[in-house]
Amino acid sequence: MNRKLIPLNQVPTGFYGKVKKLIAEGQARRRLLDLGLINDTVVEVLRKSPAGDPTAYQIRGAVIALRAEEAAKLFVEIIHD
Amino acid sequence: MGLTLQSTGASILKEMFAVQTDSQADLIVALAGNPNTGKSTVFNSLTGLKQHTGNWPGKTVTNAQGKYTYDGDKYILIDLPGTYSLLANSVEEQIARDFICFGQPHVTVVVADATCLERNLNLVLQIMEITDKVILCVNLMDEARKKGIHVNLNKLSTLLGIPVVGTAARTGEGLLELKETIKSVAKGQIQTRPRHIEYDRLLQEAVEQIEPRVHALLGDKINSRWVALRLLDSDQALFEVMDHFFNFVLSADEALAENLAKAQLFLKKNHIDLNELRDRIVASLIKTAEKISKQVVIVENKNYNYFDRTLDGILTSRFFGIPIMIALLGVVFWLTIKGANYPSALLATIFFHVERYLTFFLHWLGAPALVHEILIHGVYRTLAWVVSVMLPPMAIFFPLFTLLEDLGYLPRVAFNLDHYFKKACAHGKQALTMCMGFGCNAAGVIACRIIDSPRERLLAILTNNFVPCNGRFPTLIALAGIFLVGSAGIFSSLAATIAVLSTIILGILLTFLTSRLLSSTILKGLPSSFTLELPPYRKPQIGKIIIRSIFDRTLFVLGRAVAIAAPAGLIIWVMANFSVQGQSLLAHCAQFLHPFAQLMGLDGYILMAFILGLPANEIVIPILIMGYMAESSMLELDSLLELKQLFLDHGWTWVTAVCMMLFTLNHWPCGTTLWTIRKETQSFKWTLLSFIIPTVTGIIICFLVAQGARILGLV
Ligand SMILES: Nc1nc2c(ncn2[C@@H]2O[C@H](COP(=O)(O)OP(=O)(O)OP(=O)(O)O)[C@@H](O)[C@H]2O)c(=O)[nH]1
Repeated sequence: MNRKLIPLNQVPTGFYGKVKKLIAEGQARRRLLDLGLINDTVVEVLRKSPAGDPTAYQIRGAVIALRAEEAAKLFVEIIHD
Repeated sequence: MGLTLQSTGASILKEMFAVQTDSQADLIVALAGNPNTGKSTVFNSLTGLKQHTGNWPGKTVTNAQGKYTYDGDKYILIDLPGTYSLLANSVEEQIARDFICFGQPHVTVVVADATCLERNLNLVLQIMEITDKVILCVNLMDEARKKGIHVNLNKLSTLLGIPVVGTAARTGEGLLELKETIKSVAKGQIQTRPRHIEYDRLLQEAVEQIEPRVHALLGDKINSRWVALRLLDSDQALFEVMDHFFNFVLSADEALAENLAKAQLFLKKNHIDLNELRDRIVASLIKTAEKISKQVVIVENKNYNYFDRTLDGILTSRFFGIPIMIALLGVVFWLTIKGANYPSALLATIFFHVERYLTFFLHWLGAPALVHEILIHGVYRTLAWVVSVMLPPMAIFFPLFTLLEDLGYLPRVAFNLDHYFKKACAHGKQALTMCMGFGCNAAGVIACRIIDSPRERLLAILTNNFVPCNGRFPTLIALAGIFLVGSAGIFSSLAATIAVLSTIILGILLTFLTSRLLSSTILKGLPSSFTLELPPYRKPQIGKIIIRSIFDRTLFVLGRAVAIAAPAGLIIWVMANFSVQGQSLLAHCAQFLHPFAQLMGLDGYILMAFILGLPANEIVIPILIMGYMAESSMLELDSLLELKQLFLDHGWTWVTAVCMMLFTLNHWPCGTTLWTIRKETQSFKWTLLSFIIPTVTGIIICFLVAQGARILGLV
């Protein structure tokens, strides 16, 4: 099993990642936490917008778009199944 | 900067707490919930009012109040802004939280989305920490059923310890039960026992060190466990409001301060700093929500969102996303232009028939000639023009637009365009506020509250005027229609559509450009965090949309236009017919403005019409017509063709039409919008800037076009 952590914005479309680390600070951190992005939350990368950024993610039943800068602050473990 | 969290927050709070009760016996009910869960729909169906609804998160930004009577009691319902949390990360969260804490509602109803319960439970749990009197209203039950999602409401109620009611607010399902439950909780007939969140052992211990003292100080006014947690979380804003409402400075109590210091030290020893503390609080809430949701939600069909994904795949597709967006916009405009032509002409004919009868009638009454002149040529004609030019496009545009809004398309526009907004250092949600601007710029400016970072919000406010609102839209359509619809047939309206569409695209480009310029000059700073929710698509209710958009929006905007046009008509008529030194006042003013206006490809009358149109853009064309007519021999005006002739008689060329369209797009915002900007930014400086930016842009662009055309010998 691959235990390497990679930033969420580098996870390819269609893959799932499990949140392992959040490096955002302050307001941005709170906002990401409010979305339910606590440790071990599974995030599915749904699709990129026409210009490639932002990207839509499936997070706890909701579809949320994040810009690359934000997503880069979330480190995830890719789930292979 | 004018727009700080505090300044807007404070002013909204004042608005918020002005609950109007008729008597002491009135019961206050707060409606809270995540954005887009149907709070406003619940509100509307309970109160019979017509709050704005639509399928995008964050519409409800102003505080709405309504009443209903049930079983002999009067209930005051407060629609709070939608929020995901109450940890006060934004103005809206602060408002919602403060109202629940200090507005002393008898009951708080949390509206949740049945198709996405887990996410909604986070807020429910937070509210349950603050108050006991909570009811959970699980809305959108119809959508959940359709998607094969089952929610066990009884079990949910047991697990949460509060009453749970399932509803489908759109069809009215479950609302009676909701009213009954509200009554029982408000009157204490149902005792609620909200489940407590279990925080980890260290947090619990720290809370226990301060809670007794908090309870001793505040009693049962507020949940002391919750206050203790906020104290640990050093939530300054909350304590300021608390001082204000309880007239009690919590931080001044020495015993409490001592306990707090002890608890903080305890946490520190265990390596829990503020960040860690917050993470743990949030994590406990989310884990509890997850646990509960696992026990009560059964998803029958794992592929329930297949349809949404497929549609998203098309509407936000890499290659087709943006072309589809432009095409949709184009179709909406084409239908509006094409469709508005006939009814406009018909209305004009009818109005001018009626004018004849009115004239007869006034003669029969024996009214003096002057009265007849003022009433018919001043007031009536202006009104007739406003109605026949504005009503048809609005009656077509609004329903079409509402259709897209209800479907859930608007957030996709924001998603498609965010990249470009980011390049302009702006926020993708600005796309939403711009969409609202199509309806009315003042509404667009208010909608800017959904952008939670002050800088991007200000950008969105200052540039909202670059989207033509409904008052300017008919002017654009009329001009394009008159000067570009030469040959009959489908191509002419296509040409007109393209002209209007290009104007709008120009407006969008100017928005980007201005945002970019502003953010690299007076509004320097990095863009804040960005999150945008893409809600599930929902089937629009066609019938309701037509009724709602015609009655609520069209007639409202039209009513405003008429209310302004009637007195304006009077004034203009007086100006056009009152002579000083052998010339009307209007002509004097127009002459004065003429040299400058000419440089911009306009003429004195046009510029004058824009200036007098400050109260409402709708009346620009009627003023212009009156100005021209006052000095022309033609008194009857019953078709667009004659309107064209009137314009041609006054030396118009296609360049005049183009320049007027451009200036319609770029000039000062109307009076209402300016006033709204003043209110939203709390600053004269930003209001002034919002006046200057589009005006200067308009003057420059018109000048370039007019002079360019002249130099190139195109006219
Ligand atoms: N199918 C269905 N649609 C609903 C129901 N309730 C609301 N809607 C739709 O859901 C959308 C959002 O409803 P609103 O009432 O505007 O939501 P809100 O909670 O006030 O949203 P914010 O203002 O963002 O907080 C609208 O398009 C409604 O027509 C329901 O019970 N069933």
